[in-house]
Amino acid sequence: MTFPIETAGAPLPEPMLPRQYRVRSRRRETHDVVTLALEPLHGPGPRCRPGQFNMLYAFGIGEVPISVSGNPTGRGPVLHTIRAVGLASRALCDSRPETVVGVRGPFGTDWAVESASGRDLVIVAGGIGLAPLRPAIHEVLAHRERYGRVSVLIGARGPAELLYPAEIQRWRSRFDLDVRVTVDAADGSWHGPVGVVTELIPRASFDPKSALALVCGPEIMIHFAARSLLDHGFDPNNVRVSLERNMKCGIGLCGHCQLGPEFVCRDGPVFTYARVGRLLATREV
Amino acid sequence: MGIEPLHTLLREHPFFSGLEEPDIEFIAGCGRNVVFEPGEYLFHEGEDADQMFIVRRGRVALEIVAPGREPVVLDSPAEGDVIGFSWLFPPYRWQFDGRALEPVRAVALDGVCLRDKCEEDKRLGYELMKRVASIVLRRLQSARLRLADMYRP
Repeated sequence: MTFPIETAGAPLPEPMLPRQYRVRSRRRETHDVVTLALEPLHGPGPRCRPGQFNMLYAFGIGEVPISVSGNPTGRGPVLHTIRAVGLASRALCDSRPETVVGVRGPFGTDWAVESASGRDLVIVAGGIGLAPLRPAIHEVLAHRERYGRVSVLIGARGPAELLYPAEIQRWRSRFDLDVRVTVDAADGSWHGPVGVVTELIPRASFDPKSALALVCGPEIMIHFAARSLLDHGFDPNNVRVSLERNMKCGIGLCGHCQLGPEFVCRDGPVFTYARVGRLLATREV
Repeated sequence: MGIEPLHTLLREHPFFSGLEEPDIEFIAGCGRNVVFEPGEYLFHEGEDADQMFIVRRGRVALEIVAPGREPVVLDSPAEGDVIGFSWLFPPYRWQFDGRALEPVRAVALDGVCLRDKCEEDKRLGYELMKRVASIVLRRLQSARLRLADMYRP
């Protein structure tokens, strides 16, 4: 059995027009990652679905695509977890409370976790890839009874780079969730697994014939995690991956995020591995 | 609760999955049960590597230590894993330290005894080598992926 990815919501009336949002709070996650809680200045914000992204605009500096990392409901502040890698993302990371930023979106496809109702779920997150998966995990936990076995497999470069450690600790305390964390490198104070996140896959319990996998992280990690899932019997249509490209317009017009025949901003960011797996292994695409 | 014979413990371990019962009993002749408390060392770098550990419970940090630095954990095999292949190749010395992170229960197989048995029964020896090679390959691939430093911004 395979599950289609549903495209989210109706087209936005003014997709190129940023709405003004106020930074309500800023939380440092790691040395180069922060989470901003953003609330609209005027009226309620649009509802996002887990896996979708917004274009965040640091006025006068630049705009970057950032996945929603929490509270996509449109009620209350929406969360975005941002890594400082360039001018715009660094400016957003440095935003203090009350700073006004621009927000366009939400754009793209979502994880559509509800389509896995009654089946096992394997969620594989590497590094900052946990951020786009977090709302999907919240969605699953809000309706835990709908799903079979749920495994959350998390990898990071080192213990200090793990996102949301307190929340991961809460997830681990649940009896209805299998949460495993590994890091690529550690000193002697780390008592958990050391190794790449793909090594956690054989330790998870799932029925590969019907389970759904959600994978997000650096593309090398996505590629090897998906390959490991296929080696364990997954159908490539049941492996969903979230890709990141140089999204600019958000609506599939400008072509900056083109990956072969796909526009990542419009046709993704969430794809089935069956659709994009070959592209991830193709040079010069 | 009774004490389970070694061949029963080995049969339940993934490393021996699918092996014929007489082969498992043959190998069990090289084994003994061992227990390590958290912080206790299974072995130290440079010592004679005369054992292979079949981990039944707990987790072990494989570490390297450099003067003036915190130990670096290279791998952390756990329940269902196998530790130690240095008994297979000269000079038969441990390459890293092995420290128990949790209470560890394992079956320690004597390396010399295992080598002798592999020489004595080439078919079994080849079967064990295939299993060892598959673990070594998996660890090599993992090390290569980590070398790629895929989380680098």
